[in-house]
Amino acid sequence: MRYLPLSANDRAAMLEKIGVDSIDALFVDVPEPARRSGTVDLPKFAGELEVEAQLNAFAAQNVSPAKVPFFVGAGAYRHHIPATVDHIIQRSEFLTSYTPYQPEIAQGTLQVLFEFQSQVARLTGMPVANASLYDGSTAAAEGVLMATRVTKRNKAVLSGGLHPHYRETVETLAHAVGIETEACAVAVDNEADVLQHIDANTACVVVQTPNVFGTATDVTKIAEAAQAAGALLIVVVTEAMSLGLLKSPGEMGADVVAVEGQSIGVPLSYGGPYVGLFAAKEKYLRQLPGRLCGETVDADGERGFVLTLSTREQHIRRDKATSNICTNSGLCALAFSIHMSLLGETGLKRVAKINYAKAHALKDQLVTAGFDIVTPRFFNEFTVKLAKPAIAVVEALAAKNVLGGVPFARLQNEPGFENHLIVAVTETVSDADIATLVATLKEVAQ
Amino acid sequence: MSMNNVGRPSAPEITVETTSFKTLLGGKGLLQSEKLIFEKDDYGRTGVDFADVAIDASDLDGLLRNDLSLPGLTEPEAMRHYVRLSQKNHAIDLALYPLGSCTMKHNPRLNEKMARVAGLGDIHPLQPVSTVQGALALMDTLAHWLKTLTGMPAVALTPKAGAHGELCGLLAIKAAHEAKGEGHRRTVLVPTSAHGTNPATAAFVGYTVREVAQTADGRVDVADLASKLGPDVAAIMVTNPNTCGLFERDIVEIARVTHEAGAYFYCDGANFNAIVGRVRPGDLGVDAMHINLHKTFSTPHGGGGPGAGPVVLSEALAAFAPKPWVVSNGSGFDLVEHDEGVSAQNFGRMCAFHGQMGMFIRALTYMLSHGSDGLKQVAEDAVLNANYIKASLQDLMSVPFPEGPCMHEALFDDAWLEGTGVTTLDFAKAMIDEGFHPMTMYFPLVVHGAMLIEPTETESKDELDGFIAVLRALAEAAKAGDVSRFKGAPYLAPAKRLDETRAARAPRLSYT
Amino acid sequence: MKFTKDHEWVNVTPESGGNEAFVGITAYAAEALGDVVFVEVPEVGKVLKKGDSFAVVESVKAASDVYAPVSGEVIEANDLLSSAPETINAVPEAGGWIAKIKLADASELDGLMDRAAYEAYLATL
Repeated sequence: MRYLPLSANDRAAMLEKIGVDSIDALFVDVPEPARRSGTVDLPKFAGELEVEAQLNAFAAQNVSPAKVPFFVGAGAYRHHIPATVDHIIQRSEFLTSYTPYQPEIAQGTLQVLFEFQSQVARLTGMPVANASLYDGSTAAAEGVLMATRVTKRNKAVLSGGLHPHYRETVETLAHAVGIETEACAVAVDNEADVLQHIDANTACVVVQTPNVFGTATDVTKIAEAAQAAGALLIVVVTEAMSLGLLKSPGEMGADVVAVEGQSIGVPLSYGGPYVGLFAAKEKYLRQLPGRLCGETVDADGERGFVLTLSTREQHIRRDKATSNICTNSGLCALAFSIHMSLLGETGLKRVAKINYAKAHALKDQLVTAGFDIVTPRFFNEFTVKLAKPAIAVVEALAAKNVLGGVPFARLQNEPGFENHLIVAVTETVSDADIATLVATLKEVAQ
Repeated sequence: MSMNNVGRPSAPEITVETTSFKTLLGGKGLLQSEKLIFEKDDYGRTGVDFADVAIDASDLDGLLRNDLSLPGLTEPEAMRHYVRLSQKNHAIDLALYPLGSCTMKHNPRLNEKMARVAGLGDIHPLQPVSTVQGALALMDTLAHWLKTLTGMPAVALTPKAGAHGELCGLLAIKAAHEAKGEGHRRTVLVPTSAHGTNPATAAFVGYTVREVAQTADGRVDVADLASKLGPDVAAIMVTNPNTCGLFERDIVEIARVTHEAGAYFYCDGANFNAIVGRVRPGDLGVDAMHINLHKTFSTPHGGGGPGAGPVVLSEALAAFAPKPWVVSNGSGFDLVEHDEGVSAQNFGRMCAFHGQMGMFIRALTYMLSHGSDGLKQVAEDAVLNANYIKASLQDLMSVPFPEGPCMHEALFDDAWLEGTGVTTLDFAKAMIDEGFHPMTMYFPLVVHGAMLIEPTETESKDELDGFIAVLRALAEAAKAGDVSRFKGAPYLAPAKRLDETRAARAPRLSYT
Repeated sequence: MKFTKDHEWVNVTPESGGNEAFVGITAYAAEALGDVVFVEVPEVGKVLKKGDSFAVVESVKAASDVYAPVSGEVIEANDLLSSAPETINAVPEAGGWIAKIKLADASELDGLMDRAAYEAYLATL
């Protein structure tokens, strides 16, 4: 067995040193009914060649986005990742190290985390950011919990443009903790509706920009109104690449920002693992969930980094912790940070503009072809209101080898939104792909 | 006040000079110091080649940003930066990494390769289900392996890490009680030796946490547990094997009294590696247990994640599992994503999409590689290695629970250091100078100055013998009064001891 | 100055006519905690019952709740501790006070230890 170094001779010598005559003697504490003589009913050991073939067989039953015109987004996006990113994250020292609890021998990971936090802070326009959470949806939920701690109020208002999976994740966690939630009516362009639902018990309002329909919103006025009513504004961003072009949540007055960072450095991987970016105003520093990396000096006076403010965390505060999170998304944060460094402000702006240009080129062609585009302002994603149910149209497109987008009904059964198709266009889409989508859509949807 | 003092210094104490040799400009040989990317003068560089297209963004009038300031690196600069940083890290691939309760085993590279295959690593979570039948089949296969290995009828795959799995398990328990009209059960019992995430998770979902005492032999005190069980108790959370590295001998009895009191048995599966393929938690009366795929099933720890924490569930809890999940429809697979029909009782959603697919691929690759026989051998070798370490050190280092075998980790306390002037922390830091990562320290909290060593099954006897030799030499040095070797340690690491007090008093969390 | 078994002290200010007192943690507690890095002081106006947790003292590796040694209303909090938490280590039983309390029931003081009794108690730990 290729991963198990002990030989039969080693095992015998070790049992002798321990002073027992068989391995069974080391399992004597297992109660009788649970002792098993044989193996469980599963296939036996297999070599690398066989296992690779089995996994490839699974892969062969899937349609790889690289092989077809691809316009699927709605919270996860196909972007180009430089080869360097995957090479570096596979280095043993990053891949096979633990959480940096021993800072003397983890300065590599720690400096990366400090740079990551700095990048996230600048990208979101916020003063402080943590060292990552699981993903954007759980980051949004943690943001709501934090808002209730800060304001000592107990209700969260969720916009009608918030990604339904995010809404459900927030609701699940909030209700478990005893926080009330109020969801606004589903709307393509009405993030400000949250303000109508604020009352004296409202801890926060959660808005998304660009929202699940692709609509970009200037939330400055929402921030002012929410804060005047004593509530925090949580801004959710599911397309991190949009921050290369759009005004940052910080500049618009957000108190907390929860971002899905997948677009930068992390492959689609059927939904996970991704990386949640979490940033906030400085005054909420001690209420942040998750790990934080801070700068300090070592005994020689040289700059170094450590995990800090850990008294907020579960391993010290136990039942008084700000969150129960332990393992986060370290390697995805590294991938994000490397890709972000390779982009730099120059590259990020350029990629963002290409996304914008291609998405608007598709929109223009669809308008010309007579389709109804309902998203008024967008970055790289917009919604088409079709003449028939979008789920059937997407299946028909797939049958013609075009992955044309996400039906809103896939995310939420909502009367009046059965025909809404969310279409994303990134730099990976070619002009030919765009032409193919328009032509195929005309064929199957009109 | 609550004297929650773990008694460890957080700022450097004394150091001794190890060498009088000084480089001309303060360098450390090939271990280069590395500036922050933010300290570059010119932020304009980039490592990607994209055209600067002109856009007419009039629809975004007033929404365009102008405050972006992020440093960029060309590819060679990026490679240098990150490779230099990597050299300041310790890793499993460099040496035995004995962190108790963390299961730092070898990460097979086949797992990495398969997670990157086109058709697995690049597929989108919202592609039409007809285009991802292989992905759903893979998830279904993983579920089958997890259910078979644990002897449990159902599994919720979506939790993103162990603590997220605990949350999932407790929410299923909460939903089950509410469905029975027993939502008034508000207490969760947790042994004093539990990992911090257990009480944190229970408190997080609004339960009151009550601690259960431990016996002198390091197990749950069943009499104390029985006396605390009652109509207000929703669940118990027990780690098995427990955080002292011991199997809970009375586990069947623990499950019985718990069920009799109308409560559910949540098992923390962090230590599943000790029993995988040999003991099925379902045979012990468990109702819910998370499995850290990044421990038992070798997905890489990655410097702190990502992990994955699927939760196996008993018949009583299965109906409350969170969405989404995979179902077989005869000719293929479907994904249940909405609250309809059979799924109406689900307690909600743990996260967007369907869980940590990248980790599922790696874990399944690992499982298929080992098979049922190999996984059983994993547990046996893990336990053998830990007992070998214990047997090889217990004449020098004190063992708090010496009776009987340990499971996959060997626990020592600091009684043997008394009077030496060396603390557990000092001893652990001195291990770094001898080439090994420290063991888990000061955990579990129930043992004074705890040192918890988990070697895992992927260590050879040679590596174990080298590790044992180092610990024996250090133990003898401590007892011989060679205190400065410990107080200033590590001397030979990329950094000396760091001033954590300074970091916490005036937090500096980003470059300004 | 009076002391509790949980290592808090209370010191009635003479000018208040026995109605007001400073409270804080003892030198023993400050030493045991190690370097204090953050203190969460109570809000002015907060009404405390004896034994309530009213402040949190954090070192790098530990966070400890501080319990009210007597009942009363917080009339002043030591804001110096937010910018200079190390004051608790330097002068725990003077400038490192945490709050000033308006006593609800001065007779509660009778149940506390004097310095000699506290020192005798420490010797038993």
